Amino acid sequence: MSARDNHGTEPPWGDDFQVIGKRHRKVDGLAKATGQAVYADDIQLPGMLHAKTLRSPHAHARILSIDTSAALALPGVHAVITGESMPIKYGVIPWTPDENALATDRVRFIGDEVAAVAAVDEDTANAALHLIEVEYELLHSYTDPNESLERHDPAIHETNKKGNISKHVELEFGDVSAALDEADVVVESDFFFHGSTHTAIEPHCAVAQWSQDTSEEGLLTVWSSTQISHYVHRALARVLELPETRIRVIQPNLGGAFGGKSDPFSLEFCVAKLSMITGRPVKMLWTREEVFYAHRGRHPMHMHYRSGAKSDGTLVASDAKILIDGGSYSSFGLVTTYYSGQLLTGPVHIPNYRFNSTRVFTNKPPCGPKRGHGSVQPRFAFEVQLDELACALDMDPIEFRRKNWQGENTQTVNGQRITSSGFLQCLEDAERESRWKERRGQLPDGKGLGVAGSMYISGTNYPIYPNDMPQAGIQIKVDRSGLVTIFTGGNDIGQGSNSVVAYLVAEELGVEVSDVRVVAADTDLCPVDLGAYSSRVTFMVGNAALDASRKLRKQVVAAVAKKWEIAEDRIRMGGGVVLDLSDAEQTMPVREAFQLAEAEYDTLGSTGSYNTPTLGGDYRGGTIGASPAYSFTAHVAEVTVDRETGRITCDEVWVAHDCGRALNPMLVAGQMEGSVYMGVAEALLEEHDVNRFGLHAGPSLLDYRIPTTLDTPKINSLIVESIDPEGPYGAKEAGEGPLHSVIPAISNAVFDAVGIRLKHLPFTPAKVLRALAELEAEKTVQPVEQS
Amino acid sequence: MRVLELTINGDRIEVAAPDHWTLLEVLRYRLGLTGSKQGCDKGDCGACTVLVDGKPELSCLRLAALSEKREITTIEGLLPLHMQAGGTGPDPVQDAFDRCGALQCGFCQPGMMLSARALLNEKDSPSRAEIQAALSGNLCRCTGYTQILEAVELAIAETVSEKPA
Repeated sequence: MSARDNHGTEPPWGDDFQVIGKRHRKVDGLAKATGQAVYADDIQLPGMLHAKTLRSPHAHARILSIDTSAALALPGVHAVITGESMPIKYGVIPWTPDENALATDRVRFIGDEVAAVAAVDEDTANAALHLIEVEYELLHSYTDPNESLERHDPAIHETNKKGNISKHVELEFGDVSAALDEADVVVESDFFFHGSTHTAIEPHCAVAQWSQDTSEEGLLTVWSSTQISHYVHRALARVLELPETRIRVIQPNLGGAFGGKSDPFSLEFCVAKLSMITGRPVKMLWTREEVFYAHRGRHPMHMHYRSGAKSDGTLVASDAKILIDGGSYSSFGLVTTYYSGQLLTGPVHIPNYRFNSTRVFTNKPPCGPKRGHGSVQPRFAFEVQLDELACALDMDPIEFRRKNWQGENTQTVNGQRITSSGFLQCLEDAERESRWKERRGQLPDGKGLGVAGSMYISGTNYPIYPNDMPQAGIQIKVDRSGLVTIFTGGNDIGQGSNSVVAYLVAEELGVEVSDVRVVAADTDLCPVDLGAYSSRVTFMVGNAALDASRKLRKQVVAAVAKKWEIAEDRIRMGGGVVLDLSDAEQTMPVREAFQLAEAEYDTLGSTGSYNTPTLGGDYRGGTIGASPAYSFTAHVAEVTVDRETGRITCDEVWVAHDCGRALNPMLVAGQMEGSVYMGVAEALLEEHDVNRFGLHAGPSLLDYRIPTTLDTPKINSLIVESIDPEGPYGAKEAGEGPLHSVIPAISNAVFDAVGIRLKHLPFTPAKVLRALAELEAEKTVQPVEQS
Repeated sequence: MRVLELTINGDRIEVAAPDHWTLLEVLRYRLGLTGSKQGCDKGDCGACTVLVDGKPELSCLRLAALSEKREITTIEGLLPLHMQAGGTGPDPVQDAFDRCGALQCGFCQPGMMLSARALLNEKDSPSRAEIQAALSGNLCRCTGYTQILEAVELAIAETVSEKPA
């Protein structure tokens, strides 16, 4: 067994966990509470310049010329750069590099980056932007994804071989047509999932400092509000043509991300280049409006679903055709296209399943990964169809899901391995706590309950760029002071990953959490981790942390056993103390145990790593969506529909989530509550869209209506612990899964409340009123038909 | 450019800043008090909330030049003020936010905590609806607000129990 398979669900010391499973403060909580925590824009370096970006006012145009001379002549301006200075394309997915730090010959959406200025202050930089003259030749712009399917003259990406198609995936498992022919009930309809965006409260910011060291190239340090330091590191090296050893990327405290900071962004390259040109530190902070245009948010999806069941309630097949509006660049689009189909095959077993997904380019802000990447949209459509099937079969929708549950330790129809699954418990908890049986269908008119379920990955087997190295690495230093220092490449984006590794290591080494320091997300100091995406950090970095701490623990225990001349299994460590189980008098502080080990084995340190086992279906794309473990969720939503105004209020949500083992239940609940809040907002309030010119409908936190304390429903978090065989102490993800099914649960609750099926998001009052009127018209027509 | 005389966290400070700079800019970029955050720069998000004469205000909408002769409290001031008043460690609001998990990314929380502090200075035992109303100008994108409301209620409970009957 290699270190990579070094799992364990049991407490390291006897029967009980001492740290794990309990509420703890976060390691950085008080630094954040007191205002001491440093975020990217808090960094101020001596002599620092401020940079701003000139953006395209056109959705699609060819750049004929750029004249920067007047800008450069403005007093206080130190440098102006355009696409010429960084012509190498990049993209987070190595197969689809189609972005430039600054446009070289084309702009593809309103807001696309054209030039950047570094000046003594922001005001001067902004003034200089007005002096840059750009001559554009306007091109036909695409805002309707259907048009991008049909025509590709002009193509948005001239070198793309498939016209305006970014990615197409067609996969079938079983025989869908035959199964649907034999089904007793078939439901079929169109669904639309709109665009939404992350709106982390911290806008993107990057600071670069180039310094001459003993090398020819010098040393470039970039502080960035990124959730993927490692990929930013690689992208900077590629575009700036520097060896990776000449670049250091540091992620300071991060003010939220949700997927919105998981691409390399123009500003990181621009501050780096401007610092290299000027020899001065350079900062760029985007305005809120710029963040809206940078986007990378939820892809709008036009979906057609057909699903069927037998009269005994067995689901037999589902058939999906999906058109994905990708916006102007590839970003993670290859993965999004696969995820739109690959992640639907649980917790309900679909014996026959087919999806046909096409992502197209349009001249809009580029879409990317937002919490629940690529799978929140199909989940909405599918879970509404499950509700329709249950209704058609006169079955309770919870019972219908229970009957079709795929089970544990099984395989999905598309070849994904399922290990632990607490989905039945999720259904049961949500059912009980919402008093589903007593209340569903019994509430007063206008009030209703709806249910939905989902699953999500705990990290992905697909490491973005193919390699055999670990996905996550950890280093631990222990010294005679008693202090434990963890070095992790993991990106703490607020979810608390630094705290999670501290809890795990404290548990293993028997120290207080307060005696553990975490040094994170600094490419010079920390081993590589691939970043905070795909809900991979707790699972993968957590396993790496256990691996590293177990190696150290072994040395410490051996050194104490030698000193006390007792067997190793008599030793217990916890809370900073070492005990002899057979002799209550014999104890020592852990600090002394570390000293014994340091004397015995020399300077103490260890490394740990995690890599996924070989997983996935044996077909092209079969590894995309393959995960070492899946989380499961069930939501029950309670809504009130105002028949007069058409306004839906989500009053209360019960979210039951199987996170494996809850390492710190308080942090798990926080992830569940944040997920529910974000899902409810997508269903009822938020919409990220552009008009026919490509101009954003309302790029501000006032117009883009993210919920306040007054708009957020009461959320009941019900943690289900299935104890995964391969997660760190059995843990799985909690940050993305609990978003998915709240959206269809709301739609299903609206049906329970007033009898309308909402299939086009967001559920605005206008759509509700229209559906109510249609329902009323049907009711008045029906008696005529029957007569 | 003008020289301003500001009173911040109890200290009188002279600072030179451009005429058009907001209080937020002066705090962050002249005085290094970066605990006050900028999320939108136009009064939508509340991350820049500070206390001006005890009342929560958006420092991104207040000109620094109009902030003279006012008592300004930023997030950096809460812990020292609590200690000056005889307490130990952070303000009960800060401590409760940490213990309840209300600090995920932490970016909106300085503003949130100052809004909560202002409410608690005014009322001993506000109801949940009053807390929600008082915090409704502070957007948080991480927590879904649940643990924030719990934190404020915990701070209230502990503050009330500490007071002599």
